[in-house]
Amino acid sequence: MGMKNTKTLSERCACAVVLAAGLAVMLGGKASGEPIALENATVITCKDGAGFTIEKGTLVIDGGKIVSVGAGVAVPAGAKRIDCTGKVIMPGLVDTHSHIGGAAGADSSGPIQPDVRILDSINPRDSGFRRAVAGGLTTINVMPGSGHLLSGQTIYLKLRKPAGKDDSPGRIEEWCFAKEDGSVMGGMKMANGTNSIGNPPFPGTRGKSAALVREQYIRAQEYAEGRTRWLAKPEAERGDPPGRELAMEGLGECLRGERIVQHHTHRADDIMTVLRMAEEFKFRVVLHHTSEAWKVADEIAKADTGWGSKGIKGTPVSAIVVDSPGGKLEAADMSHATGAILEKAGVTVAFHTDDWITDSRLFLRSAALSVRAGMTREGALKALTINGAMMLDLEKRVGTLEAGKDADFVILSGDPLSVYTHVEQTWVEGTKVFDRSVAEDRLMATGGFGAGREQQPYLCCVGGAVGSGGGGFTFNGKQWGNGNATGNSGSDAQAGGGQ
Amino acid sequence: MKTSIMLAAAMGLIGVGVCSAAGLAETVTVVKGKTIYTMGPAGKISDGAVVVRDGKIASVGPAAGLVIPPGATVVEVAVVLPGLIDAHSTVGLSGIYNQKHDSDQLESSSAIQPELRALDAYNANEQLVDWVRSFGVTTLHTGHAPGQLISGQTFIVKTTGKTVKDALVKEAFAVAGTLGPSATRGASPGTRAKQISMLREQFIKAREYADRRAKEAKGEVAPAHLADAKQEEGAEALSGGKEKKRRGGRDLRLEALASILDGTMPLMITAQKQQDIEAALRLAEEFKFRLILDGAAEAQGMIDQIVAAKVSVIIHPTMTRAFGETENLSMETAGKLVAAGVPVSFGAGYEAYVPKTRVVLLEAAIAAANGLPMEKALASLTIEPARLLGIEAAVGSIEVGKDGDLALYDGDPLEYTTHCVGTFIGGVRVSEVRR
Repeated sequence: MGMKNTKTLSERCACAVVLAAGLAVMLGGKASGEPIALENATVITCKDGAGFTIEKGTLVIDGGKIVSVGAGVAVPAGAKRIDCTGKVIMPGLVDTHSHIGGAAGADSSGPIQPDVRILDSINPRDSGFRRAVAGGLTTINVMPGSGHLLSGQTIYLKLRKPAGKDDSPGRIEEWCFAKEDGSVMGGMKMANGTNSIGNPPFPGTRGKSAALVREQYIRAQEYAEGRTRWLAKPEAERGDPPGRELAMEGLGECLRGERIVQHHTHRADDIMTVLRMAEEFKFRVVLHHTSEAWKVADEIAKADTGWGSKGIKGTPVSAIVVDSPGGKLEAADMSHATGAILEKAGVTVAFHTDDWITDSRLFLRSAALSVRAGMTREGALKALTINGAMMLDLEKRVGTLEAGKDADFVILSGDPLSVYTHVEQTWVEGTKVFDRSVAEDRLMATGGFGAGREQQPYLCCVGGAVGSGGGGFTFNGKQWGNGNATGNSGSDAQAGGGQ
Repeated sequence: MKTSIMLAAAMGLIGVGVCSAAGLAETVTVVKGKTIYTMGPAGKISDGAVVVRDGKIASVGPAAGLVIPPGATVVEVAVVLPGLIDAHSTVGLSGIYNQKHDSDQLESSSAIQPELRALDAYNANEQLVDWVRSFGVTTLHTGHAPGQLISGQTFIVKTTGKTVKDALVKEAFAVAGTLGPSATRGASPGTRAKQISMLREQFIKAREYADRRAKEAKGEVAPAHLADAKQEEGAEALSGGKEKKRRGGRDLRLEALASILDGTMPLMITAQKQQDIEAALRLAEEFKFRLILDGAAEAQGMIDQIVAAKVSVIIHPTMTRAFGETENLSMETAGKLVAAGVPVSFGAGYEAYVPKTRVVLLEAAIAAANGLPMEKALASLTIEPARLLGIEAAVGSIEVGKDGDLALYDGDPLEYTTHCVGTFIGGVRVSEVRR
């Protein structure tokens, strides 16, 4: 909403060029030369050290990037200044595990399908994306489910353009993080334990589950070896290339450490099995959910799965925080102290929503409940931001407020760990993509008639009896109703409001 | 088992016997709070104290000047609330493991089964009872889950005791029903209209049944089950004619439905969509029964009708997933209903997967962050559900003579980072974890 209104014609043209190129390598929605300074905020940078939290801080952004952050930093001449007195600014939240967007990966034809890309199933109009930005999420790993040993390739999305209204949300490629070669970034979703056990061709036991996985990784090793040998031959002697196998290529990326295995696992022994596989095949792995990680925290801290270069001790964990234990056998020993215990053992912890399991709009709560159970405040805030970014290989782009990183941030009404705090604005690459003071956006934050629809609600749902106070709205450039819901179009002079 | 161990430990360690003037052994617990939300006429008390003697609240008021009885257990905390009441749960029937052996919340053999008693299915040793108690919940209205047109009965327990008998407060409170797509099944009922048609038909039968039984009791007619050809057709109609016709006599199904019609039990209908809420109100108007509206995701759009119908609402957990029939739910609905004067209580509802239960304290917190004033949220966790359940003489507020059920916190009970630091039932500490 806010984004649409602040978009310039030149940006629209830039979009078209990228689409024409068939791939999104958009580095930011904003052209440089239009600096914005957000002033007088409590800025939580999530960067270790003395500057973790900056009182009366200023955040200067330009061209979709952070220019500077600190107390008393110089504001460039001509910058648009936004007063954020009383507000808290923190990095856009990073969700390492989500299922929004109508995402679906592998089908029931087999338990291991590394060829399947979730990219090909996402609906960019899904209301889940608008709820996600309402919760302050800016980067998410969209995953297929846990009903397979390996359910496909995940994608890392930047929620650049979630609020199209009379505009199209664009192609999903426009939201992707691109690698240097232009391909989209993502992980490989794997699972063990009861979810991926079933009737043939699915495994019936844990032993069979592990055997099937090992068999495929060994095949992938041989496949890679075959191609290496073929390439090693003098060109004249090569003959036809070996046939391509998409599944083996997917696994090969894992074997080379290029594609991170994002692994669902709960029970302590299942966690140890994941670590055993990762050590055997040298794939980098993030342990997800991990109801019983607290039982094997020291083992996780010791298991080297290739993360040392980032300063991560052992294997990182992306934990879920749910309101009660149980719901299935493996989750019966779930503890809110998982974050605290892992942190104490030196494990790098992130949180995830697993949306629909928990609601993206309440992601801050995962950190707060973990602090309630003993985690440090700083550790919990990093678990919403930079730690997740590291687990997606995106820490150079997102996760902290530092000069040179993407201008992805949220403006909060108060302390991030308080239930009474609201996300007032979410910005991605220098563009406001959620604004609680705008009726349509507020509807996504609170829920209500129309919030579940695939497209931005209008006419039926905003303003009038079931609207949320703003009254009126614009549609196709026309003002409807009697309010001034879009009164801040083109003007970001005051952050927040609307409460 | 955990419950009994904790109870035994609590009794042994802190239940101190005190000799009263009469020479009888007494247990006295004094809870001092920086803030006591009595939720009763005394309102909010700063620097107060609650004295619980032999399980009942003996006094509540300023701590200053209170003479602590010798031998009493004294606890000091930041905030004291009456023990929380979960206005609609399935905990105890629905268990933590979500396996066949601990999933008794919904029988699938019939669409209309009001004869099922929660009493016969509740597991007092269920771990989730422990879990909710550790957040301050002391009373549960629990029973059969939404999912059938008439799922079964509900009842009221305290979150204590190793048997259902120990826990029991009221052995049958309501009949639980469901409208909308979550209660369609196979061939019938397959639509909303059929659901209401079936309910109307059964209520009419129940009325006839009750009339006949009354006449039989008075000797005005011969008992039907002793007559030659008289046969009860209710059961047959329910099973689509497959069930063998049976003679008159007692019919547990019709008896339970009749007890809705005579006001003995309310009918609690889980309805989320507007048309289902409207249908519930229409049905209650036709048959003049007491309706409790549960779920009510779209109540936000029909507040006037709900006010006019004078029904209480057990609002959906505020963190319910918004899809399907709950796609339009709002975190603001509780606040809007309360502002309009509708009595609102919070219930954990039923969860089919992870998390296996919600916790009313945490749900109320989200409502409080979305327009429901904080003290109204506390009321919706305590005195409002007590009134709804007709147990306000015993629980729901901290008043002299009521049960010594208290929930203790180290700060604002609704804040994310506050801990529940103790739960007392009848003056006995039943939870010692800091959660």
